[in-house]
Amino acid sequence: MYQYLYDLTGSGILSAFIVASFPLVNVLIVVVVGVYLERKVSAHMQDRLGPMRTGWHGSLQLIADFIKLLQKEDISSKDTDKFLFNLAPVLVFTAAFAAYATIPFSSKLIGSEAEVGIFYIIAISGIVVVSILMAGWSANNKYSLLGAMRSVAQIISYEIPTALVVLSIVMLTGTLSLGKMSEMQTAYFWNWNILGGAGFGFTKFLLIPFMVVGFIIIYISTLAETNRTPFDIPEAESELVAGYFTEYCGMKYAMFMLSEYGNMFAVSAIISILFFGGYQSPFGYFGNSLNAHWMIPYEQAFWFLLKSWIFILVQMWLRWTLPRLRVDQLMTVCWKYLIPYAILNLIIIGIISLL
Amino acid sequence: MQLKTESMTLNMGPQHPSTHGVLRLELEIEGELVLNVIPHLGYLHRCFEKHAEAMQYNQVVPYTDRLDYLASIGNNFGYAITVEKLLGIKVPERVEYIRVIMAELQRIASHQVALGSNGADLGAFTPFLYLFRDREHILSIIEETCGARMLYNYIWVGGLSHDVHPDFVFKTKEFVEYYKPMIVELDNLLSYNKIFIERTANVGILPLDTAINFGASGPTLRGSGIKFDLRRDDPYSIYDRFDYDIPFGQGLQGTVGDCWDRYYVRVREMEQSLKIIEQAIDQIPEGDVKSAIPKRIKPPKGTAYARVENPRGELGYFIISDGNTNPFRVKVRAPSFVNLEVLGELCKGNLVSDVVAILGSIDIVLGEVDR
Repeated sequence: MYQYLYDLTGSGILSAFIVASFPLVNVLIVVVVGVYLERKVSAHMQDRLGPMRTGWHGSLQLIADFIKLLQKEDISSKDTDKFLFNLAPVLVFTAAFAAYATIPFSSKLIGSEAEVGIFYIIAISGIVVVSILMAGWSANNKYSLLGAMRSVAQIISYEIPTALVVLSIVMLTGTLSLGKMSEMQTAYFWNWNILGGAGFGFTKFLLIPFMVVGFIIIYISTLAETNRTPFDIPEAESELVAGYFTEYCGMKYAMFMLSEYGNMFAVSAIISILFFGGYQSPFGYFGNSLNAHWMIPYEQAFWFLLKSWIFILVQMWLRWTLPRLRVDQLMTVCWKYLIPYAILNLIIIGIISLL
Repeated sequence: MQLKTESMTLNMGPQHPSTHGVLRLELEIEGELVLNVIPHLGYLHRCFEKHAEAMQYNQVVPYTDRLDYLASIGNNFGYAITVEKLLGIKVPERVEYIRVIMAELQRIASHQVALGSNGADLGAFTPFLYLFRDREHILSIIEETCGARMLYNYIWVGGLSHDVHPDFVFKTKEFVEYYKPMIVELDNLLSYNKIFIERTANVGILPLDTAINFGASGPTLRGSGIKFDLRRDDPYSIYDRFDYDIPFGQGLQGTVGDCWDRYYVRVREMEQSLKIIEQAIDQIPEGDVKSAIPKRIKPPKGTAYARVENPRGELGYFIISDGNTNPFRVKVRAPSFVNLEVLGELCKGNLVSDVVAILGSIDIVLGEVDR
C-alpha cells in the first residue's frame, strides 16, 4: 500500500502517515459500527427497539456516549497502583490496534506485508494478557483481581487451540503471510480453505471435513479470546460486576471497550482469511469482466469487510442467545475437547497435505 | 515447605448486580472456591410489623404490598384471609373467584421475574426480556382493574378495592391463549439449553430432609421432590374447586433438588396457574365485591394464623387482637426469609459463579426478607 501511495503522491512521509493511520481509522469505524450494531442486533433479538432518540434510529448514540465518557472525571481509588492502572488500558488498546498491521484488507490495502503475519498477530495478542493482569492487580479490588485471574487463565488456555488450528492452515498453505494465504484462495469459492484450499483431486475433498472441524474449533476459541458470551466469565456482569475493569471509568474504560470491539473484528478478519478466502470474491470480479482493473482492490475490500462483519454478527447472535459457562467448565471445554481435537485435526491435515 | 495460605473475604453486595436487592453476602473464598457464606440482612428493614400495630386493620393492607413486592396480591390475600378468620366473616363468591384469578396471574408474573433473573444471572439476558415482555400483559390486566402496576392494594378485608374491569375476562382469556406457546419458547430458549443445564443441574443440591429441617417452602421445597402446596394441602379460599397438578423436582437433568429442579418447578407452575385461571375465569358469578367489607373492623379478642401459598412459598400471618381497632401484634412468616437460610448450606464447597446460580434459584425478594 505504501508503494501505491508513494507512486500516487510522491511523498514518502505522507504515504507512510496514511498507511499507519489507516488501521486506527479502521478500528474506530469498527467500534462505532460494532457498538451500534451490537445494540440494535441485541435490541431486535430481544423484542425491543434499542437506541432511538439520538439521530436517525439512534445512530448518533455512540457519539453521545463518547462525549459523555470523555467528560467524565478520571477517578481511581486510593490504593490503586497508579502507574500500572494507567498503563493497562493503553497497552490493551495498543495490542488490539497492532494486530491490524498485517491484516490484508485487499491485495493493495495491507499495512505491512510481513512474511510472518499470522505469527505476529498471535504474538501481539499475548500482550493483552499482561495488560489484563495489570488492570486487575493494580485496581486493588477483589472483583478486578478475580476477573483478571479468570481472564488470563482463559486467554492463555484458548490461545493453544487457536494456534494449533492456525498451524494446520500454515501446513496446508506453506506460508505464514496473511496476504499470501489470501492470494492462494483466489478465483472461486471452492478454492477457499474451508472447502479444501486451492488444490486439486482427491485430497481436496478429503480435507473438507477436517477444515470444517478446524473452523469450528478456531471460532469457539476466538470467542473465548475476545471474552464474548458464552465465554465472557472474566467480566461476568452478574458475578464479578465488570471483572478486571470494574474500577475503570471515563476514557480508560472506553479504551477497554475499544479494544474489545477491535479484537472482535481482528479475529473475525483472521478467520475469514484462514478459511474463507480473505479478501477474495466467491465468484470472480466485476473489475475483470468490465476490464476495469482499478476496481478490483475496492471489490476485494468489500468482500473482506462483508465476511468479517458476518462473523461479528454471528458473535453477537451467540452472545444474546446463550448463557455463560462456569470457569471450570470453560477450562474443561478447552483442555478436554478443543485441544485434543485440534491436535488430532492438525495431524490429519498434516498427513493429507503430504499426500 | 508448607506455604501459609489465607482465605479471602469477598463482600457480595449490598450493591451488586445479582443479589436481587440489598442483600450482602460475606463470602469466604479460596481462589474461586466458596468456603463459607454469611448473609447479612436488614438493609431494607422498614418495621412493617411495628407499623402495623399503629394502624387500623384495613390500613395495614397497603403495607403488605411492600413485603414481597413482586407478588403484592398474594400478600394482600394472606392478610385479608387472616383478618377475615379473626372476624369470622365470609366473602361473596365473586370476590373469591376474582381473588384466585388475580393471585394466579400474580404468581405467573412473579415466576416470570424469578426465572428471568435466574437466567440473567447466568448470562442469558434475552429470556429475561422475553419474560418481562409477557409480564407486561399481566400487569396491564391488573392495572386496568385497580390502577396500579406493582403495589396494588387490591384485596381488602372482606372484599376487593374495585370490581374487575369489563374487559377483564376477555383479556385474561386472551392472555392464557397467548402465553401457553411462550412457555414452550422459554423451554426451548433457556430450560433445555445445554449451557444452562450445565450451570444449574447438580449445582446447589438441597436434599429433602435439609429443606424440611430449614422450613423451606414453595418451589424451593418442591424442587427437592415433594408435592407440598398449601393450595392443595391446606386449602384456603376456593382452591379446592379446581383441578391442577403440583409440579415437583424429579431430577430430570441431574439430582433431585438441584438448581435446575427449582427453576423447572417454577416453569411448570406457570402452566398450572394458567390451568386454574382457565377453569375459574368462566365461573365468576355476578355480585357485589364490596358488600362484605366491614365498615369498622374491630375483631374480638383472640389470635388467628392463616397461610397462603405465595409464589415464593408459605406466607403466614399471625395476628393477635386485643379487641381494639388496631392489631395488637402482626407477625409475618416470610417465605423468602426462611428460604434464604438454606443458602449457606447450599453454597459451601461451590464456586463463586454457583453462588449466583443458587441465589437465583432460591429466588428471594429482599422486601420480604427484611420486612
